[in-house]
This record gives sequence, C-alpha cells and structure tokens, in this order.
Amino acid sequence: MLPENLKEHAAAAALDAFDPTAITAGAFHHGELALEVDASRIAAVCAFLKSAQGFTRLSTVTAVDRYPAEVRFEVVYHLHSVDRNLRLRLKCRLSGDRPEIDSVTHVWRAAEWYEREAFDLFGIRFRNHPDLRRIMLPEDWEGHPLRKDYAITGTRL
Amino acid sequence: MVLNMGPQHPSTHGVLRLELELDGETIVACRPDIGYLHTGIEKEFEVKTYQQAVTLTDRIDYLAPLSNNLCYCLAVERLLELQAPPMAEWTRVMLTELTRINSHLVWLGTHAIDIGAMSVFLYCFREREEILRIFEMYSGQRMMTSYFRVGGLALEPPRGWRERVGRFIDAFPGRVDEYEDLLTNNRIWIERTRGVGKLPLEDMLDLGVTGPMLRAAGLAWDTRKTQPYSGYEQFDFEVPVRTEGDVYARYLVRIEEMRQSARIVRQAIDGMPGGRWTADAPHVVLPDREKMKTQMEALIYHFKIVTEGFKVPAGEVYQVIESPRGELGYYVVSDGGTRPFRVHVRGPSFGNLQAVPTMIRGTLIADVIAAMGSMDFVLGDTDR
Repeated sequence: MLPENLKEHAAAAALDAFDPTAITAGAFHHGELALEVDASRIAAVCAFLKSAQGFTRLSTVTAVDRYPAEVRFEVVYHLHSVDRNLRLRLKCRLSGDRPEIDSVTHVWRAAEWYEREAFDLFGIRFRNHPDLRRIMLPEDWEGHPLRKDYAITGTRL
Repeated sequence: MVLNMGPQHPSTHGVLRLELELDGETIVACRPDIGYLHTGIEKEFEVKTYQQAVTLTDRIDYLAPLSNNLCYCLAVERLLELQAPPMAEWTRVMLTELTRINSHLVWLGTHAIDIGAMSVFLYCFREREEILRIFEMYSGQRMMTSYFRVGGLALEPPRGWRERVGRFIDAFPGRVDEYEDLLTNNRIWIERTRGVGKLPLEDMLDLGVTGPMLRAAGLAWDTRKTQPYSGYEQFDFEVPVRTEGDVYARYLVRIEEMRQSARIVRQAIDGMPGGRWTADAPHVVLPDREKMKTQMEALIYHFKIVTEGFKVPAGEVYQVIESPRGELGYYVVSDGGTRPFRVHVRGPSFGNLQAVPTMIRGTLIADVIAAMGSMDFVLGDTDR
C-alpha cells in the first residue's frame, strides 16, 4: 500500500497504479523518496520504472544488514532519471536464512557488478544473474565481511 | 590467445587485471578483474565516529580526496539537518574545484604518457605540485587532506590564501593553453584518439558510466547544475559538451572543464563571504581552544565529542556530487548512534570500469590503452 502522503509523487503513484500490491511502505525524508517493494516483484517493478517512468540509470545497488533483527537484510536500489532529474530509492527486505532476490541485470546492465558486490560482501544471492561470483575478495574467502556478525578484529580459530 | 594485462601494467594506473581474449591484435572478449585494492573501507566506517570517518573518505579516491570529504560531510550534515556557514561552503567549492583541476592534470599527464607524449606529463605535474602545496597550506597535508569536517572546515583558512590561490588561478588558463599547444592539433595525438573508444550514449547510461564520458557523448548532465549542492547555484560556469563520444572528445571536455573550474575558483576568491568556518552547533563542532579552557560548557562538549562522538538522528541519505570522474554518491544510514550504521560509496570509477568490455570489444589492442586512459578511473575508488 502506498502511504497517503506519497500519492503526490508521480513516480510512486504510477508504480502503485501499475501494481497496487508491490509497494509495502514508503517515506519521503531529507528530500528523498524511498519506497519499500515486495522482494518477489523487484524485477517487474524495475522493468516498469525503466521503460514507463524514464529511470534510465541505476546509480547503485547495495545492502544493509539489520542483524540481529529479522527480517535481516535490506537490498537498496538507487534509481535515477536524467530527463526528469529525479532520484528514487527502492528497498526490499530479505530474511537472513538463504537471502535471495531476482537480479535486475536484464533491466540495467549496470546492476551486474553491483549485485556481485552485494553477493560478495553480504552473501545475498541474485537469481538469474549471468555471472554471480565474488568481485572484491578472493574466490576462496570465507564469510561475507559487511555482515554485522562478521568481526572486524580478532583471529579466526 | 589470452593475454593478461595487469595487474602491474603501467597503463592501468593501479592494480587492475584485464583478461583479454585476442584474435591477432583484435580484442574478442575482455574480462576485468578488480578487487586488488579492496581494503574494506565500508566496513571500517562502521567502527569510526562520524567525524573520524572523514579520514577514510580521503583514501577512497586518492586523486580527489576533497570531493570525497565533501560528499560524505554533506550526507551527514543532511542527516543532522545542519548547514555549513557560507564561508565554509565557498571554501569547499573553491577547494573541490582545485581538486578537479588536480585530478584532471594527473589524468592528462598519465594519459598522454600512455599514448607516447612524454612532455605533457612534466607540464601537468608542474601545476599539480602548486595545487598540492595549496592543499598543504590549508590542511597540513598534500593528499590525505581531511580538511572538510561535518559542520564546516577543520581549520581556519590560512593567512595569505587569497594571494596564493589567486596567483595560481590567474596563471592557470595560460598553462592550459600550453597543454593544448602540445596536443590539441598534434597529428599523432589526433590519430591515436579520434574515433577511438566510442560507445553509444544509451549503452553508457545502461552500464552505469557517468561524468565527462557522458558529456563527451552529448549528454549535458552535471550534478553541479541539476542538483546543486554546497552553493554551486551561486556560481557562473558552463558545462562543456561534445557529441563525438570518442577519446579525443573526452580530452576536449576535460580541458574545458579545467578552464571552467578556474573560473569558479576565481569567483570564489572574489566573493568569499566572511564569518565563521564552522557551523554554530556546539554538540557537533569542537569548541575553540580558548573557549575550552575558560568555559565549563565548552569543556563538556569537547569531552563528549572526543570520547564518544555526536549522535546523528536515525535515517538515511543518498548524497550525490559531481566528482572529477563522475557521479560520486554516499549512502549513509544512521541508527541514531554516534557511528554510521552503514556507509556505501558509489564510486564513479566502479561504474565506468564496468563499460570496459563493451567498449573495447572488436578494437585493436593498442587502442585499449587510449580507451582505458580516457576513462580516468582510480582503482582505490573502484575497490574501496
């Protein structure tokens, strides 16, 4: 459900009209529009926003770990429309047990490395990604450093 | 044949490995391998206080430390709903434009060396040296400046800055003419760069390319104009655009950007507002030494800021600025504590590098050097 106060934002209203169940929450803070999207719809939502709403650029994809809270992960997408001079943040929540979400690489090729980075550093799997392997760390690295339960100091026993 | 270019190849300016699949001298496929310079900076942010974390931002893009300082500080200031005073904003603009010139000079010098024009490098580094000395005069550091802090500047601008920066910036357009004399009509330079490294604009947007590369392909998008920050709307400058989209066009765009940056710096010197260089926010900004020694309240604030840092209201912000290389974004998430909960850095080099395989497919191996040089990536910014 799109919160009442966000209906004036054209992009949010259009997305709500496209799929009324996709948006689960939203906020407008510090001049930035952020929408929470049902994780299972992300690929369709992104394809719609790119083709019908002019978000030709994917600025970045990253994740936030809310450990020990559950639902633990947030996958965050920053979209940008150069023509409309508009930015939009999408968020999907994923549980800590087998975090998995559809890849958006077929919408923007830019997603390829960003999703690999999120996979590498958070251990989030992106379904249908053409080349999902570690990008920053060596292939044989254990663990995912940006998770909150990955210690920053100390020796692994 | 598969050829490994890098990680120690001189034209990669850092540690980048390209796995090139060749048919004779033609590139059939390219697989970039990054991560050699990954230092876990984003993780490190989470154990530093907000003010301490400024020092990490320098080390991300070491050719544009002040751009990174600025983007991070603006993000945290927006979370705090704090505005830096006009004097700090103008100094920030002036120094980030000097940073742009500095970064473009390193790019031009090394790019020219890669293609075989040795002397340009010496000219560029002559001016760069003076910029680094100006940075040193301001912050005590040539490269890892950390001069912008949340709430303003780290120190009062030094005595004599106006003359020093003014002298440099008045001479600078003449120096750019010298670089142009060496290259713009140089037949070898033109042969090596014109028509090389082309990529359609749609592909670039789709692949995440930003900055001068887009402007050389006809898109007049510059965050300083479209989403002004730090008072850029008060400055008069133009966004250079070319339509050819090749290495030569990128060269011309960056040359013109240096001239425009010099204009901005001149305006900043002439119109520099007076007043304080830090915001009136005692819970965020360290008190003056004098006050700390004479006033109880200032001493308490000093103690609190130093021992535990300041609290930032819960929330999240994605701050975007135009760095010399393109769109630089800091996504800062706060949980209400004194340390960032999560900081993600959208480095422009990371996005730009992603376009390499598409850009060089089907071209000659000698053109790879020119095409990659024109992207102006910094591996610290890519790997973080």
